[in-house]
Order: sequence, then structure tokens, then C-alpha cells
Amino acid sequence: MAATPQAGFWKRNQRSLAPWLFLAPGLLVFMIYVIIPIFQSIWISFYDWDGLGPKTWAGLDNYRNLLDDDSFYMSLKNNLIWLVLYMLAVPAGLGVALFLNQTVAGIRLYKSLFFFPFVISQVVVGLIFSWFYAPGFGLLPHIFKILTGHEIAVLAEAKYATYGIIAAGLWPQIAYCMILYLTGLNNINPEQVEAARMDNAKGIYMLWHIIIPQLRPATFIAVVVTVIGALRSFDLISIMTVGGPFGSSRVLSYFMYEQALSEYGTAMGYGAAIAVVLFAIMLVFITLFIVRMLSQERTA
Amino acid sequence: MFPTPIAKASPWVQTSYKIMLPVALFIWLLPLIGIAITSIRPASDLAAGNYFGMPSSFAGVENYSSVFKNSNIGWYIINSFRVTIPTVIGAVGLSCLTGFALAVYRFRGNLVVFFLFVAGNFVPFQILAIPVRDLTTQLGLYNTTTGLVLFHIAFQTGFCTLFMRNFIKALPFALIESARVEGVSEWKIFSRIVLPLMRPAIAALAVLIFTFIWNDYFWATVMAQSVDVRPVTAGMNELKGQYKVAWELISAAAIVAALPPVAMFFLMQKHFIAGLTLGATKG
Repeated sequence: MAATPQAGFWKRNQRSLAPWLFLAPGLLVFMIYVIIPIFQSIWISFYDWDGLGPKTWAGLDNYRNLLDDDSFYMSLKNNLIWLVLYMLAVPAGLGVALFLNQTVAGIRLYKSLFFFPFVISQVVVGLIFSWFYAPGFGLLPHIFKILTGHEIAVLAEAKYATYGIIAAGLWPQIAYCMILYLTGLNNINPEQVEAARMDNAKGIYMLWHIIIPQLRPATFIAVVVTVIGALRSFDLISIMTVGGPFGSSRVLSYFMYEQALSEYGTAMGYGAAIAVVLFAIMLVFITLFIVRMLSQERTA
Repeated sequence: MFPTPIAKASPWVQTSYKIMLPVALFIWLLPLIGIAITSIRPASDLAAGNYFGMPSSFAGVENYSSVFKNSNIGWYIINSFRVTIPTVIGAVGLSCLTGFALAVYRFRGNLVVFFLFVAGNFVPFQILAIPVRDLTTQLGLYNTTTGLVLFHIAFQTGFCTLFMRNFIKALPFALIESARVEGVSEWKIFSRIVLPLMRPAIAALAVLIFTFIWNDYFWATVMAQSVDVRPVTAGMNELKGQYKVAWELISAAAIVAALPPVAMFFLMQKHFIAGLTLGATKG
């Protein structure tokens, strides 16, 4: 190698500079498009702004207005319902995984087909379920009519709309949790299972005391992706009800969209404030996740 | 293995399991099967109230060609490819570099940068939307494929970095050590030694990101307006408005929109699942 001073410098410092050079392009775009906008949004939430004209300082006004806004409480409540009911995907996914964790002919194809709903976009899932629920010709009202004698238009009734959408969301989410658990079950220590069998452990007892503890990594990821999925819910609501009827199926993400991003949304400051609230809720979970990953890093 | 292999159970149990499998699958996929059948029904079936019976005739060709002829779906599909493919290349490419940096080097700030990527990956889109849309507008890229691609690359780099870093960490480090002893430059360690070993990770990420981006709806709605930019997810919503209750056409369009990621999944199933279940086994 040439002994120019520059090459010498590079040679001496290669090891300490290299990581930053490898990081530079990725870190740069990530900062510009993800990290900095978080702070910009927090900043915007303190202003009154229509997105085009000048911004006027509003202090905490946007947040104060939120506290007086029934739509905000409705959205928050729905977010909570989403969060709780979406969690059903975790045990349901485990159930399906246990059902499919066998070795019979064609089981691989069955597993793939059970996973199918996760691969198609939520837009398509939303359309499928809109059809499934549609009064007059959908399958579900049809079944209801046979069972109870009258139809229920799930998405047209304020009390059912959110539950109808969550059910649609659970379909791909269960598939996702199922695949996580199938992988987890595949990696269970067979000796422990056999030893427990020798001790006459079986069924539910075996599942609870031997299997589920070994599935903890899978459960952790399933919970994380389900929480994130529940709080990110937007696509299905937009496709199936547009937040309605009468705003009854809004969640914070959709409410924010209506206020600041949609065709008629010009309340940037207010929208940003909603986003900040959603972000704060998410931050609780992100922190828990990071703390756990950090303790793993330390022990690794 | 848990549950106990069915082969050890009585023949009666075995038979009933084999019967239950297709029944359960049928119920599980019922909504999808319904929409697939609707997409080949003639419109007259729907008018006559034949929603669940056998289609009176096969109108698949008619419905699907009608969707392509009378709507912009062809454009939307092309747009989706134009957004998805560059994003896959960009995000996977960048994260090979970042993942390598975070997995191989010990330096101050390593974990901080790593967790920045991880945390950023989980933030709600809404907190990014206003500034990102403004930035894109300022760059003159609002309502362009490039604008969408740039954002997607940046955002997906978070998840991809997490993935790549953990993958490289699991590689034998002695390989890198011995190359260093022999005086191989850091760039060559990356490009000649580590990169070839990353092929499975690259394949897994590529299919995953393809699916994520193809299925993205939020950004497609927020950042794209016109027919020549709008990806198929956002376009579908428009079609739904256009077709109203012509469910045979909506169904056909939905199937078309779902097809590319589905094909990707079946072709690259092993990689797809390996990518998705990363971390489900250890830790």
C-alpha cells in the first residue's frame, strides 16, 4: 500500500472510522425521515396551523381542546377496545398452532393456507369483510337470519362497528401469531417434553407448565406485534367504515388522519397533538420492549 | 413434540383429525373463498339474489377483463411495482451496511444507534405524517413515486437493520478476526466475507419488505394523489367507490391486488417465514 500520509491515517484509524462510514447512509435517511419528524410533530402540536399559512403559537391549546372533544374520548376508548380484544390473537394463534403441529400428509400446505390471511393486504381484508358483513347479501347477516330470524348490519350500527372491524383485524393477526408459535413449537426441547411425559404430565398441565414457559420468546414477539398492530389500526377502519357511523369506529390514528391529512383536514396543530398522544401511548410499549431487549443484550 | 403426535393416537382419532383439517381450513378461509367465488359470478346472479349458491355460469373472464378495461387498476398495479421494487433494493442495501456496522464493531454509541433503529421502527405513522409530507413537498417530490420510495426506504431501514444486525451477530466471528489478522481491509471483509454469507437474510428481508410495501395503504393515501402514482391499495379504495355494490367487480379487483404478494409468499415461503419468525425461538 502507498505510504502517503493520507493512506497512513486511513490505515491507523480504519477500525474506528469504518462503523460510522457503514452506518452513514442508513442512519442519515432514518434520521431525516423518522427521528427528526417525531420532534417536528411535537413542535407543530404547539401551534395553530392550517398547513399553508403562517403558524401561530398556541401553547397547550391543542391539548386543552382535545380534553373537551368527545371525538377524542371516543377514539381513545376504541383504541383501548382494540388493544384488549386484539390480544385474543395471541391465545387463538397458539390454539391454531397446536392444532396444526402434527405430521400428517399435506400438513405443510395446510399451515401455509392458514397463514394466508396475513399475506394479503388489509385493504383486501377490509373489502372481504365488508362483503361478509354486508346487509342483504353478506354471508354473516344471512347466517344471523337463519339463527335468529333477523339481520344485523354490523358495520352500520354504532354499537357493533368497532367490534366488526376488530374481528376482521383478528383474522390476519391470528395467522401471524400462529406462525410465530409454530416456529416456537418446532424448537421446543424434546427431552424435556419426554421427561415430563415419563412423569405422567399431559394435556393442559403439560401445556401450562412445560410448553408455554418454553414458548416465551414466541409469546413475547406475538404480544409486541399484536400491540403495535392494534395501535396502528387504520387501514381497516378507513376501508370498512371511514370512522363511522357517526364517528363511532374512529381510533386515534384515524381521527388524526381526518383532522390533518384527509382532503378536508387542515388542522395540522390539532392533528399533531392527537399524534403525540398516540405516540405517548406507543412509547410505553416501545420502552418495555427496549428494556427487555437490552437485558437480553447484556446476558448475551 | 407437543401435542402428542397423532400417529400414536387411536385410528378413530387419526381419521377425525384428517377430516377436521379441511373443514377447519374451509371455515378459516370462508371469507376469502366467498370473495373468490363472487369474482367469477355473473352480475345477473347477484341481481337475482344468488349470493352463496353455485354461480349460474362462469363469468370470471368477463369480470376480470372488465376490471382491467374500465378502471385504472392496471396503472395502480404498475405503480405498486414502481414503489415496491426500488424500496426493497434500497432498504435491504442500506441495512446490509448498517447491520454490518452494528454487529461487527464495538464502539461507543453502538447500542444507542441500534435501539434508535428499533424504536423508530415502532412509532405510529401519524406522528411522522405531517413533517414527512411537508419535507416531500419541499423536495418537489409530493405525489411522485420517488417521494414514496424515499420515505419507505428510510422507514424500512429500521426493521431491516434490526434483522441484519442480529443475523450477522450469529455468524462465526472468528472468520472476521482471522481476515483482520491477515490485513484484509474492512470494506473487503464486508464485501468478500460477510456479504456472501448474508444471502439467506437478504432473501428473507426482500420478500418481507416486498409484502409490507405492496400492502401499505396509509402512505399510499397520504403521499400519492394521481392515477399515475397511486399504488393499488389506495386505488382499491377508489374502485370500491366507483363500483358501489357491483361486488363481482370489487371482488375481482381485490383478488388482482392481492395476487403479487401471495405469489411472492408461495414462491419464497421458506424465506418469508424465516424472516417473520426471527427471534421467535431465542431470547
